[in-house]
Amino acid sequence: MLSPHTFKMIREAGVVPNAEYLLEVSNVRKAFPGVVALDNVDLRIRRGSVHALMGENGAGKSTLMKIIAGVYQPDAGTIRLKGNEIRIATPLDALEAGIAMIHQELNLMPYMTVAENIWIRREPLRFGFVDHREMNRRTAALFERLAIDIDPASEVRDHSVANRQMIEIAKAVSYESDVLIMDEPTSALTDREVDHLFRIIRDLRDQGKGIVYITHKMNELFTIADEVSIFRDGRYIATHASKDITRDQVISAMVGREITQMFPKEDAQIGEVVLSVRNLSLAGVFRDVSFDLRRGEILGLAGLVGSGRTNVAETIFGVTPASGGEIHLNGKPIRIGSPRDGMKAGMALLTEDRKDTGCFLSLSVLENMQMAVLTNRYVAAGFVQQGKVERECGTMKDAMRVKTPDLHERIENLSGGNQQKVLIGRWLMTNPKILILDEPTRGIDVGAKAEIHRLISRLAGQGVAVIMISSELPEVLGMSDRIMVMHEGRVTGILDRGEADQVSIMRLAAA
Amino acid sequence: MEPLTDAIAVADRKPRRTRRVPAEFGILAVLIGIALLFEALGWGLRGQSFLGNQQRLLVMILQVSVVGLIAIGVTQVIITGGIDLSSGSVLAVSAMVAASLAQEPGYARAVFPSLAGLPFVVPALCGLVIGGIAGCINGSLIAITAIPPFIATLGMMVTARSVAQVYTRGQPISMLADTYTWIGSGAVPVIIFLVTAVIFHIALRYTRYGKFTYAIGANPQAARVSGINVSRHIVLVYTIAGVLSGMAGLVTAARAQSGQASMGLGYELDAIAAAVIGGVSLSGGAGRITGTVIGTLILGVMTSGFTFIGVDAYFQGIVKGIIIVAAVVADQYRQKRRRKA
Repeated sequence: MLSPHTFKMIREAGVVPNAEYLLEVSNVRKAFPGVVALDNVDLRIRRGSVHALMGENGAGKSTLMKIIAGVYQPDAGTIRLKGNEIRIATPLDALEAGIAMIHQELNLMPYMTVAENIWIRREPLRFGFVDHREMNRRTAALFERLAIDIDPASEVRDHSVANRQMIEIAKAVSYESDVLIMDEPTSALTDREVDHLFRIIRDLRDQGKGIVYITHKMNELFTIADEVSIFRDGRYIATHASKDITRDQVISAMVGREITQMFPKEDAQIGEVVLSVRNLSLAGVFRDVSFDLRRGEILGLAGLVGSGRTNVAETIFGVTPASGGEIHLNGKPIRIGSPRDGMKAGMALLTEDRKDTGCFLSLSVLENMQMAVLTNRYVAAGFVQQGKVERECGTMKDAMRVKTPDLHERIENLSGGNQQKVLIGRWLMTNPKILILDEPTRGIDVGAKAEIHRLISRLAGQGVAVIMISSELPEVLGMSDRIMVMHEGRVTGILDRGEADQVSIMRLAAA
Repeated sequence: MEPLTDAIAVADRKPRRTRRVPAEFGILAVLIGIALLFEALGWGLRGQSFLGNQQRLLVMILQVSVVGLIAIGVTQVIITGGIDLSSGSVLAVSAMVAASLAQEPGYARAVFPSLAGLPFVVPALCGLVIGGIAGCINGSLIAITAIPPFIATLGMMVTARSVAQVYTRGQPISMLADTYTWIGSGAVPVIIFLVTAVIFHIALRYTRYGKFTYAIGANPQAARVSGINVSRHIVLVYTIAGVLSGMAGLVTAARAQSGQASMGLGYELDAIAAAVIGGVSLSGGAGRITGTVIGTLILGVMTSGFTFIGVDAYFQGIVKGIIIVAAVVADQYRQKRRRKA
């Protein structure tokens, strides 16, 4: 196995043979606590080709790319660059070996100039000082090659997201990399900008580079990609030439798994409409969302990441007040301007990101669980009725089967699944009539998942109206009475349990 | 309302309970260690006891009572994830205003000759209200404009100091009436400090105010989603810190029997140091009043101990600085080890 340093020297000497495959990944495995993200995955990138990676959220595409780019270390498997096995320990190793990744979240420094951003760590020097003129000249030359029209001396913060994307790409190209990885590069671009990007990509391809292109958009696949590899549940499924495959074949390869887990959906008495949403909009994010939610019903909310599903949930609950539309509770119009209003209306929202908006990591299980209910119960004259609330939390903890030595343990020390149960417990303490769950089982193990499913089902049986957002289609299909699908901020369809299957949902979600 | 848990089968196993050692034990041990060190040095160098002298112990706590009052306020601010740099200056404004309203009747050069002989509550209340207003401005700036607490309170620190100077054009205010100065005499400041500490210890541990304070520091987004009015609570916490700075101003003026614009210079940093030594985390969400009180006492023991064994006052800062940094390093190390365990 070559060290990155040796490989760099060989590469600079220009003696690396022109192998047919620029990059060969074989049998790569990566496990995170509680979940196998990649299970013996293979991938081969031809020189002079654009290779699309497709798969649902959580299929393992991003994890694989991060391994190739040196962000993560694989647990097993090999990576070959131009036929040489190589070890990539850091992002810097990857760059020097000729692999550049353009991350989804852009990594530019806003207060530095475009040129400074591109040549960082490689600034041209003159008498030991940075030679800005030379740096700007090189940048201008690079931009000319890529037909990018940006002033090298301007500051990055003055540029649009699209321009920043171009700057990132130019930076990747400036490393003279052989392999460029792009993670959903068009998600923030307009059609015209996408055309420009595609021209650049084709240019690079014609220069013999290999471009790995992660995307969720079906039409891009057929426009730009030469080959497509499909991933599902951390496993490599297949690679096809994009001219030999149809849209429906890609979709069924992406979702084609059997429903292996049991979803214990109990029949619930579905009652009257409790929540009625009409033309709900949030400027620039989603618009004209309308649906009814009934007592005892589980409404699944499906859609790709970025489709606006989370925003709809947050707007209904009051985290981001709506810019238009109406919400009716039991037939009466209500205004919801803050989470407090949402709670007063009998709602509860389990947020998508456990760490960001869910847990109080430095506090105990007890404090995490009691926080929401303290806004209206278990408080007398400002004093928390500690004994009472602690007993109630203890009961909830046992009922939810939270595995923790005691309530005073810091929540930080619990597993993801147990943290999630504590957070669900936090909301059940408030006795909600409408429970909104955003990715209730993301990143937790199968056992805890099944318990949470059973719990949701039982709550619906007691008359709670549930909205469940999930990226996992089997979960949505198994749990929901109806499924609402969103795409780019609009509802593209509401399917009944009987008519919904993975393919019909994916069609609406990828529109 | 029936809790939903009734319908869910209760797991039958009761997990074992673990008793945990309060985080303050470590810092308490440090306090005792330092005190015993001075005790030993006392016998060795001067042939007398350091701790055996009750008068010295009283003076020691008396000296740190004012900083301690500020530290109780700043502890709460730091728990929300903020900082308050303005307390020393707010103390000065409060001291000046209170002093100007508490001068002896018949004193020719009084600030307000016509207002002499007011009952105690007037200067006291005015001092507290001034502090509260300053704190309320701090909190509102932070909650509404979303500027960093460091900047908002830095602005208040500079502004309030200037207000204290403008108030009498830099002239000290002297000849305070006995009806006022009693709160600075004898052990009264110590009692005020300790009672305030107990009140806020209870408030932080047993009231909704306290729970929300920790929640906001631990994760402001999660706090908001949990239905907590984060902005209002931030304003409340800074206002309380301001009132406590005001109270510190009242005591300072009474102890000095005068009001001076330079009072409380640098106290904000001593107070932050006391809190940090006492285990209050600058990243928010963690810390207790008991820790802050112990931190305050450590500062007191060091000042008084160095003087006792005859160390030059100029050297004291060196040791104090090292202790502050060492306390935080030790705390981080301890937390990292616990996380691994």
